[in-house]
Formats: sequence, C-alpha cells, structure tokens
Amino acid sequence: MKTPTLDSAGTPVRRSGTYFGLGTYLGLAGALLAMIVLFSFLSSHFLSYATFSTLANQIPDLMVLAVGMTFVLIIGGIDLSVGSVLALAASTVSVAILGWGWSVLPAALLGMAIAALAGSITGAVTVAWRIPSFIVSLGVLEMARGLAYQFTDSRTAYIGDAFSWFSNPIAFGISPAFIIALLVIILAQLVLTRTVFGRYLIGIGTNEEAVRLAGIDPRPYKIGVFALMGLLAGLAALFQISRLEAADPNAGSGLELQVIAAVVIGGTSLMGGRGSIISTFFGVLIISVLAAGLAQIGASEPTKRIITGAVIVIAVVLDTYRSRRATRRN
Amino acid sequence: MSAHESVLSVTGLGKTYAQPVLGDVTLDLRGGEVLALTGENGAGKSTLSKLISGLETPTTGQMTYRGQPYSPGSRSEAERLGVRMVMQELNLLPTLTVAENLFLDNLPSHAGWISQKRLRQLATAAMAQVGLDAIDPDTPVGELGIGHQQMVEIARNLIGDCHVLIFDEPTAMLTAREVELLFTQIERLRQRGVAIVYISHRLEELQRVSQRIAVLRDGKLVCAEPIARYSSNELVNLMVGREVGEHIDLGRREIGAPLLKVEHMTRGDKVRDVSFEVRAGEIFGISGLIGAGRTELLRLIYGADRADSGSIQLGRPLQPVNIDSPKAAVRAGIALITEDRKGEGLLLPHSISANVALGNLGAVSRAGVLDPHAERQLAERQISAMRIRSASPAQAVGELSGGNQQKVVIGRWLERDCQVLMFDEPTRGIDVGAKFDIYGLLAELARQGKALVVVSSDLRELMLICDRIAVLSAGQLIETFDRDGWSQDQILAAAFAGYQKRDALLHDAAPRMDA
Repeated sequence: MKTPTLDSAGTPVRRSGTYFGLGTYLGLAGALLAMIVLFSFLSSHFLSYATFSTLANQIPDLMVLAVGMTFVLIIGGIDLSVGSVLALAASTVSVAILGWGWSVLPAALLGMAIAALAGSITGAVTVAWRIPSFIVSLGVLEMARGLAYQFTDSRTAYIGDAFSWFSNPIAFGISPAFIIALLVIILAQLVLTRTVFGRYLIGIGTNEEAVRLAGIDPRPYKIGVFALMGLLAGLAALFQISRLEAADPNAGSGLELQVIAAVVIGGTSLMGGRGSIISTFFGVLIISVLAAGLAQIGASEPTKRIITGAVIVIAVVLDTYRSRRATRRN
Repeated sequence: MSAHESVLSVTGLGKTYAQPVLGDVTLDLRGGEVLALTGENGAGKSTLSKLISGLETPTTGQMTYRGQPYSPGSRSEAERLGVRMVMQELNLLPTLTVAENLFLDNLPSHAGWISQKRLRQLATAAMAQVGLDAIDPDTPVGELGIGHQQMVEIARNLIGDCHVLIFDEPTAMLTAREVELLFTQIERLRQRGVAIVYISHRLEELQRVSQRIAVLRDGKLVCAEPIARYSSNELVNLMVGREVGEHIDLGRREIGAPLLKVEHMTRGDKVRDVSFEVRAGEIFGISGLIGAGRTELLRLIYGADRADSGSIQLGRPLQPVNIDSPKAAVRAGIALITEDRKGEGLLLPHSISANVALGNLGAVSRAGVLDPHAERQLAERQISAMRIRSASPAQAVGELSGGNQQKVVIGRWLERDCQVLMFDEPTRGIDVGAKFDIYGLLAELARQGKALVVVSSDLRELMLICDRIAVLSAGQLIETFDRDGWSQDQILAAAFAGYQKRDALLHDAAPRMDA
C-alpha cells in the first residue's frame, strides 16, 4: 500500500491501532466540524451564542457519565445502571434536604456517597462471583430505580434554587458545571495515561489473567472502577438537580444507552483494553451537537431517533475500519 | 495414482507483506510421501502452507496441482479441490458432537431437520478412516482428549477428496501415546497415496515420520532432500545457519541450601501429595506427559490456583509462607513464567515497555504517577540485557517473534529480583537459536544463586540444563533423578508409571485447556 494516508502528514502513527493518537482525534474533530457546518447551512440560527450556551449547559451530565463509562468499558465491563443510579442519588438529595432538613453540602455528599455505594455493589458482585457486569448492573438498575421511587413517593420533588449556581453561566455562557465536567475529563485522561491505576485498567481489559499472574490483584481495581462510575453518576445527579431545580425519580431513564453510544462513538472498545477519555469527549460532543442540530432544524422525534441511531452505527463501522487499517499497516 | 508422482508443485513462489517473508521457493509435493517442512520461527513455514492451502495468495510464482494451474482464491476452494490443512489450533466446536463437527458444513437433512441416523452412519464411516470408529459419534467433542480431538479434525479433512494434507505442528499438544496414534494414521494416509506435509520443529519426529525434508531459512528454501542424508546436528545447522553446540556450559555454580521446599501439595486428582525441594543455584527440572499435573503444580505453588492441602517453605533459612494468590507469591519472591505466554503472560497489543513494566510499575512511578522516562529506561535495560530483537521499546509485543516475546516476559521478572523462578515450557514454540539464549539465561540466574524450577516436555532439553529431574505421572511425583544417575529410558518409564492402573488412552490427555 503506497497510497499516502492522512496519518503520514506529520502526525504520529501509533502502532497496531491500539492507542489513540492525534490521527484519531483529528478524525473525530473532523466529523464534529462537518456536522456543525452541515447544520449551519440547514438552519440559520444554529451557529449562534445561544446554541453554544445551551449545549455547554446541557452536556455536563453526559460528560461525567461518559468518563465513568469509558473506564468501565476499558476493563471489559459495562454498567447499565447509571441512569437509575443518577435518579437514586437525586432522590437521596431531595429526601435529605426536604425530609430531614439537611443543608445543601451534606445532602450533596450523601447523594454522591449513595451513588458510589451502588456502583461498588455492582463491582463487588461482579468480581466476587465472576458474573458479567451486564447482568449485575441490570439488577442494580431495577433496584436503584425502585429505591428512587420509594424515596420520593414516585413524585418529582421540588428542591428549589439551592443548587442553581452550578448551572448559572458565570462567563461566556459557561456554567461551573461545565467547568467541573471539563476538569473531570482532563483529570481522567491523565489518570488513564499517566498513572499506575490507569495502566492496570488497560492491562485488565486486555488480558486480566496476565495481570493477575504478574502478581497484581485485579479485583480492587475492578471494584474501584464501578465505584468511580457510581460516584460520577452522583455528580451528574447534582448537575441535573441544579438545572431542573427538582429531583425526578424518572430522571436518567434510558440515559445509559446514550452514554454508551457517546463512548463507543469515541472509539472505546466494548471488548475492553482500548479507550481514551479525549475521544469520549468528542463522542459526547458529536451526539449532543447532533441532538441540538436536529432540534433546531425542526426534525420530528421519530426522525431524530432514526438519524441518531444511524450515526451511532456509522461511527462504529468507521472506527472498525480505521483500527483494521492501522493494524494492517504493520 | 502411482506413488511418488508430483501431486502439487510450486515454482518461484514468494510472498511479500511489508517485507518479503517468502522468496522464490520451488518445491514438489509427491503422492505417497511425507515431506517434513521445518525451519526456525519466522522462516516462512506457515506462510508457505497458507499459500498452498488458499489462506493467502502468493505475490510471485505459480503452483500446479495434478497437472493443472492452481491458484486457490480461498481455503474452501482449496479444500474442494482436495488440498487441506490441519491447523495447529483445532477448529472444532466443543459443545457439538463428533458427528456434528465432522459434517458441520454439510449436515444430512430433510427439509431442515437433521437426519440423525444418516449423520451417525456417515460419522462412523469418517472416523473409521482414522481407525477410531470405536468412538461414539454422539460424544461431545469437548469430552475427548486433545489427541482424539485432533483425530476428529483429521477425519473431517479426509471427507471428500484429499490429495494434499498439511499438518502444522500437530504434536504440540499430544502425549507420547497420542503421537503414536497420529503417526499410525499418517502412515496409513501415505500408503493411500496422499501427499503429506508435516511441519514441526521436533527433529526426532521428522526423522521418524517423513521421507524427505525441506528446510526454510529466512524465507528461502535451503534444501529439499531425503531426510536420511542428514544427522540431527546437520539439520539444526541447516535451520539456524550456524553451528549450535549440543552441550552447554552452565558455568561455575555453588549449589547451596534449600530455598524452596514444597510438601504434600495436593489439588483434586490433578496433583497428588507432591513434595520436593530446590536448592539455591540449582536448576530443578520437572518432566512428565502432558496432563501429568506439571503446570497445575506450578500454579499451586504460585497461588494461581488454591491447593486442597500442602505447605510451602521459602528462604534462607526455610520458613513457612502462606501463598494464596500470585500477589502473595511475588511478594514472597516467587516468579512464574507461564507456558501460555500469549494467554497468560503478555498484553499483546501493548508496547514492550508496558509489558516489561507490568508488575514493576512501583519502580517507575511516584505516588501512583508513572514516569515515562523511567519506564522507557527500564524497557531499554531489559531489551539490551535480554537481547530482545525489536524496533523500539514502543513496539507492540504481539509483533515480536515467539522467542522475543518470551524474553519480554522473563525480563519483567528479572526486574523483580525473585529468589525462586519457575519456568513452564520456557522454550515452547521458540526457534533453536533463541532456545540457547534462554538456556544461557537460566544458567546465569543459577550462578546468581537463585533456585530454578523448569517444566519441559522436551526431555533432551531438561537433560541438557538440569541438575535434577523430577518426574510427575498422573499427578504424583514418581521419582527424582540426579544428573549422574539418569537415563532417558528411566525417565520415560517413570513418566508412564502413574498411568498403568488407569484406562490410559482416554485419561492421559486430561484436557488442559489454556483458558
């Protein structure tokens, strides 16, 4: 194959297509840009401050959830319970504030702690009995949703503006929630690429037995990843409360699929061992810009779902093609 | 078809991927003849067989098959024409029955319903071709020993026309008795006029089974002559292209006090009441048939599996240690270099440095944060110490040859300074040149006063490097031989001793899946 590829234009070619290099990011950024250009043509209002601001304030939930899910997928697991755990955390916060008269900070911490606990349970059961996390998290999904209904009596609990500072833009239309989510992304990418913890996660996802026989106990790391997923679902719950000024026990229903879609669009492998937080961020942006754009051009709900679904499939097909080509180059 | 007539010939055959891996090979496959195909890893054996069996298409050259030009576009096309290959990894579905596996691509049926009676008849007939019509065709394949599974695979290839049959390392997983079974079948096929290609490293086998030998080196055909013309040493020299000494000097060693003492180690009927000790500076070999419990024993000592009973003492002076996980074993100073380096040792898609550093991340990080510079230095140190042939420390381990992969795994452990190192088949699937590198390394470790345990199926290898050899048979340690007092016959007799009371044929290949 002598045809010059995009990668030969000075960007580092990473071997075997396992690692995420600049080429991957450029590809994702290109796709994102293409979508923005397309929607700008289709709708004169699309490229505006208002769109940008709305987007920036709606995506922090998805951003932090997708970070957690990237870690989970990297170790070869999956967590279907994130939407329910989010609702459970939100319901816990509402009970603490409205029922017990707690102040905002302890209530928020309690909510996150409960969410982290739910994640730890998924992780611990998965690890202790060697059950696929798909099934365990499906069970936790139901339990967390049930508890959320129980706590709130199945009603949306109005909390008020105690959390609203999270979502109120402070500068350039950007809210603290977005900044926090961005920091989570940066920190998570550093953890994944620069720390022992991150390295073990990639190792576990690639070949857990090899890691174990190298003298490392993979179990605490696996449980830790699910606990982290829960914790981030708790954080997303706070973002959502601040935006809605209420805790909705129905919140986050079906959210897990959106989160997984965003992560997979970024190119993280469902088989484990391969993933990048930066790519996940692009995945979140792509899926969010698509939703916002389709809404702006007045697409109907069915149309939106059909197009979003098609984009997910196309993205994964393209990614497979890309990684195969990278492998073949060797 | 008359014997010794060319069935398939290749002329000027070559294959180039990123680099040429096979160049200008001209060779005849003759009916009624077993052609041994050998050479170091990476010499092009697999590539040549893939070209012939239609898995790859050649870059240059032509093939002629039974007088016609032959260029199969796919494996199934080659199979339809009668050119077949028994792959190293068996391609069977363990949950389906023998009969279903045999006729998976063409199940006899009426309107979609499988005709069980006909299927059984056909399967029995097909198994009779390999002399195993005694096996019930309704047995799930997963319940058979590896040797019999391989016979099923061979039987499948004999359904329909078969004029050329290629065996790729067929005995890698077999016990001595299963090897006999295989050789009987190969001889039978040869007499039927099939042209057989037998790929293997094991020279003794090649000398027994084949009439002619073709040696590949660096993608070129070095010779294709009657095998009787060469001695083993000459063949090794042809493969390697340089002289390899039959004897190695392990250097001056001090054999000291015991460093590892294992007592009454037991797990189910795989490992039964095994006790032994290994001294500092000693290389302690463990021999036995596949399925005798050698790998299982090492895994028990290493804490990878739980023992039912048994104790381990370690160190100088010996002290009891409780090892309930690999993590505990490593902390106590025991290392295990596993047999299945791809499945259990390496992160194949990841770099050499990531693989060497795995298990040593503490040394190249501060407060949990990795130091990429230190990690790279660590990898470079082992690459030069172990003479790992690679482009750079960032190269993916999966791209390295078997020998270099093994060195990466060993390099990881050398960084940890373990006192007891256990090697399970350290040279399996490694070419001759790299084998001697590994032996030299074992000797060096012994000179440093470490205690080494080496499991190997290659008895000559153990006799070359070990101070003592223990023989396991059916999970029991039958006898331990000293260097002065061993002979190949005695060791082999001991290897079979534990099986004599059992229904050996079906149990000796107790499946030892690499899962």
